[in-house]
Amino acid sequence: MAKIYSKKALASKILKPKKEVVSFLLNYSQALTVVKIDEKSYEIIAN
Amino acid sequence: MADLHIPDALLVKNYVQGNENALATLIKRHESKIYGFIYSKISDRDISNDIFQDTFIKVIKTLKSNSYNEEGKFLPWVMRISHNLIVDHFRKTKKMPMYRETEEFSIFSVMSDDTLTIENKMIFDQVEVDLKKIIEELPEDQKEVLVMRMYQDMSFKEISELTGVSINTALGRMRYALMNLRKIIDKHQIILTN
Repeated sequence: MAKIYSKKALASKILKPKKEVVSFLLNYSQALTVVKIDEKSYEIIAN
Repeated sequence: MADLHIPDALLVKNYVQGNENALATLIKRHESKIYGFIYSKISDRDISNDIFQDTFIKVIKTLKSNSYNEEGKFLPWVMRISHNLIVDHFRKTKKMPMYRETEEFSIFSVMSDDTLTIENKMIFDQVEVDLKKIIEELPEDQKEVLVMRMYQDMSFKEISELTGVSINTALGRMRYALMNLRKIIDKHQIILTN
């Protein structure tokens, strides 16, 4: 049987962040409101 | 599926106008590239997740405060944010401070080589030989205590037990041994130095 000399592609596996991280970001985005008053921005996070 | 055909710039615009789904599409579209980029530098999944999260927190804050003005270049912009956070991470975790040689600052002021030079090594060996010769001149009881203490690293208690004398006698013999060594060195004007 022929020997395979080529190496396995190291980057073959698609890397993705954790689902929890993405979910947190989407929830954070929904909760966040940025208000600008007189050149100052205020972050409001809704519970 | 239709989301795939919407350009990033339009999704960003929609998101800024309040369409939260646009952000979900942007994250889904670029998550593997951005996370892969971070992981390629960090090689730790948990830290990569943290940096990915911090990257998008910055993205969200910037977009929500209407500070983003790089239309059409969403991915390079996010990559730059993640790159800066990676640099910050390495700065924080760096264990050794880095010094650079400049005209005012010599690297050798903080580095030293404790090993002896060839010349100093030869002098050191010669001093050792001379000292052993002088020790041979000492009376047997003093020589015995000195050798046990200095060369065999024994305590005076151990020396007293081994030689069958009191600790005070052993201490006295050591004292006389040192005094006699100094006398011999002075008498023969021997220079023991390195």
